[in-house]
Amino acid sequence: MENPCHMCMPMGGILALKGIEQAMVIVHGSQGCSTYMRRHIAEHFNEPVDVGSSSLNEKGTVYGGEANLCKALDNIRKVYQPGLIGVVTTCLAETIGEDIARIASEYRHERNLDMPIVTANTPGYGGNHSEGYWVTVRRLVETMATNTERHNKVNVIIPSISPADIRELKRLLTAMEIEYTLLPDISDTLDRPYLAAYSKLPAGGTAIADLYRLGGAPATIEFGVTLDDKVSPGKYLKDTFGVPLYSLALPIGIENTDAFIKVLEEISGRKCPEDVESERGRLLDGMIDSHKYNFAGRSAVFGDPELVYAVTRLCLENGIRPIVVAGDKSGNAARLLPQSDLTAEMVVLPDPDFNNVEQQARAGKVNIAIGHSDGRFLTERHQIPLVRLGFPIHDRIGGQRLLSIGYTGSMLLLDRITNTLLAEKYTHYRENMYQTYYSKTS
Amino acid sequence: MSETAAAISEREQFIATKGRRKNTLKCDADSIAGCVSQRACVYCGARVVLNPVTDAIHLVHGPVGCASYTWDIRGSLSSGSELYRNSFTTDLREQDIIFGGEKKLARTIDELVEKYKSKLVFVYSTCIVGVIGDDLTAVCKAAASRHGIEVIPVESSGFIGNKSAGYRAACEALLKLIDPVDRREAAASRSLNYLGDFNLAGEAWIVKDYLTQMGVQINTVFTGDSTSDTIKSAAKASLNIVQCAGSMYYLAGKLQELYGIPYQQVSFLGLEDTAQSLRNIAEALGGGEIRAKAEVIIRRETDRVLPIIQGYREKLAGKKAAVYVGGGFKAISLIKQFRELGMEVVMVGTQTGRQEEYDTIHSLVSDGTVILDDANPAELEKFMTGQGAHLLVGGVKERPLAYKLGLAFLDHNHNRKHPLSGYDGAVNFAQEVYSTVCSPVWQYTTRQGGG
Repeated sequence: MENPCHMCMPMGGILALKGIEQAMVIVHGSQGCSTYMRRHIAEHFNEPVDVGSSSLNEKGTVYGGEANLCKALDNIRKVYQPGLIGVVTTCLAETIGEDIARIASEYRHERNLDMPIVTANTPGYGGNHSEGYWVTVRRLVETMATNTERHNKVNVIIPSISPADIRELKRLLTAMEIEYTLLPDISDTLDRPYLAAYSKLPAGGTAIADLYRLGGAPATIEFGVTLDDKVSPGKYLKDTFGVPLYSLALPIGIENTDAFIKVLEEISGRKCPEDVESERGRLLDGMIDSHKYNFAGRSAVFGDPELVYAVTRLCLENGIRPIVVAGDKSGNAARLLPQSDLTAEMVVLPDPDFNNVEQQARAGKVNIAIGHSDGRFLTERHQIPLVRLGFPIHDRIGGQRLLSIGYTGSMLLLDRITNTLLAEKYTHYRENMYQTYYSKTS
Repeated sequence: MSETAAAISEREQFIATKGRRKNTLKCDADSIAGCVSQRACVYCGARVVLNPVTDAIHLVHGPVGCASYTWDIRGSLSSGSELYRNSFTTDLREQDIIFGGEKKLARTIDELVEKYKSKLVFVYSTCIVGVIGDDLTAVCKAAASRHGIEVIPVESSGFIGNKSAGYRAACEALLKLIDPVDRREAAASRSLNYLGDFNLAGEAWIVKDYLTQMGVQINTVFTGDSTSDTIKSAAKASLNIVQCAGSMYYLAGKLQELYGIPYQQVSFLGLEDTAQSLRNIAEALGGGEIRAKAEVIIRRETDRVLPIIQGYREKLAGKKAAVYVGGGFKAISLIKQFRELGMEVVMVGTQTGRQEEYDTIHSLVSDGTVILDDANPAELEKFMTGQGAHLLVGGVKERPLAYKLGLAFLDHNHNRKHPLSGYDGAVNFAQEVYSTVCSPVWQYTTRQGGG
């Protein structure tokens, strides 16, 4: 593999667990894993990212890491007094066969703890960060959802999106007067305001009390159309507690957002408020304003599968041809994408690296890339401009503030895309016309 | 509780305060589980040292993550090949863990060598390789003879130690590359190897320029802007100068032992260290004309930059700095460099400092300064605020903590895009400190009660 498009499973596990109220995470493995991931997350969010490690050394590797993990749990509890601890594994822990669920269970029993410990098996060789994210969210739900008393909070289960996107989702839910439990919620924990006093564990995140009550919800909305049933947290809640599941694409683009609003209308029994209708009208108005510029777009889209799928749909709605789409291993995104004239040249790569993306992008004359910062080499090597979206964004500021969800967010994302195409056009058209026509005349 | 009390009692032996009770601290030990150490792993240590070798294929034998997190990891610059800016991996999956990864490794090497025609491949081992027991050495040896190139295994399984073990693994890999030469010829060469500069933002080029002006040739840098050819010829030098000692003292020692090349410590961080280093190099190479040329550079450059730095000093004098960096060498240089700006270091720590470096730190700092090894965020928070620091020097992970605490921050890390070495670097350093300590943004945080 040349130049990976993805990171590894425990990275996704950390991102998911950072969205839980007063949670700390321990990476069961050698010291470096947690440090790398902390560095990556800190650079994207510009937030302190404290993650523990069981710091396995040679001895722990040979004789088992239980003592290390228990010590890590002791020390993390002492310094952070967390409300929940998530334990994710690594290549090393899985290869030596650590049974973290048993270790965690015995640890809680021996110390007579109420504090929940959620374990997730996330070997680095087992999949990418996106898969690790969903495995961990599923484990959170499996471990915590026990109270089946009915209530009126709708479960909203989301993939890894920006804090700004999460805040927008909440705004729309509130506008529709829907009470909800949003899982996982990094909108405050990884995008804190500056405060006079610093606390080691940030405020915010999905409330632990709400996690216990997921099974009593009137419905689950899950933005996870590319997910297989066995990892879908919403499917688990449906099968185990009979919570109706609405599996939706991320509300990026007009169709996906319409679908989301329609489900909210159905669940709440209320019509979409006028303000939100106006936002839809403005998106449509903007789409018309930009449509001819967008028609010049030939895109490469890469990143987390849910984001890639929704953004590809946004491209299709606006006349931008998706040329290269980095899909998921199971091929779900490829199956879901509609076929049309615009997709005639589309190649959906299952589980690609950047070498594949780069080759296809050049062959297909891609003129705009949409995805995370590791796509910057497309610009550096092939002058394909990059609209930064998703995680990680480490060579620009403000990844946490990028809004791309709902009617308003879709408009902002489309503007970023259209303006990038326009910037290219304005930069090059004089030279292009000169070369194409004038140079022939002299 | 003592003034250096850590939340975790086991950590107390790693923390000392100058002038109070204990004068030594523990270092070079494994990180304690659950302490949120800022250290990276063995593989990381090896990769950061070797990655600047520009024309090498850097192949990670392991899962996708290790390659992803280290892709284009350093802002090291190249005057030639850009091959080092790719991250290759065997992308080990579940099946490979069960059946072993040797065949996949051999196949990947073949494909990459075919495609990129490189003369050198570094194959890094990761945690799982160490456990599943792939014979890295044998696979590399076979690939080397198949292609007639150098395929060097780097023994960097993450759990065999800390980042320092990775430095050593990198040094071992480099030693395997170096060709032996006739020492009598080499000793007369007046060329030197420059160890422990990774050419971040062109820093090795700045030093090379000074030495060229002195009539001294750099044979190879370890490893900034180096190539397989320049490293192979390392034994041809008559002197090794060592900057980042943490990563390179082992290699310097080995080169002395194997090829009789003497070495000396240098530092090009700050005016005082830069001048002293140029003088020491000149002396080691016989003084005379070289020394005279060094003095010309020192005078000319000092005259040029001192007024600029003095201007910043007027704004910064009396401010307090906290330092938390990777190695002891950098910490020592920073203490001196802050003094050039009229600033005192009130907290200083490293991830992998050695005992003798901590001794030097201890002798340099003022009474009351907190010294700590392998610190964690909770300790950094406690001591930065407790000691009244205005600024922290550190890595990417520490930056948001400083900002959240209302402290200025200096990026003395792999990510920097401007040089901090030599005379231009000293100006950049002063300017960056000024830009962050004296930024208007802090007047608003202070109003909120922070700062």
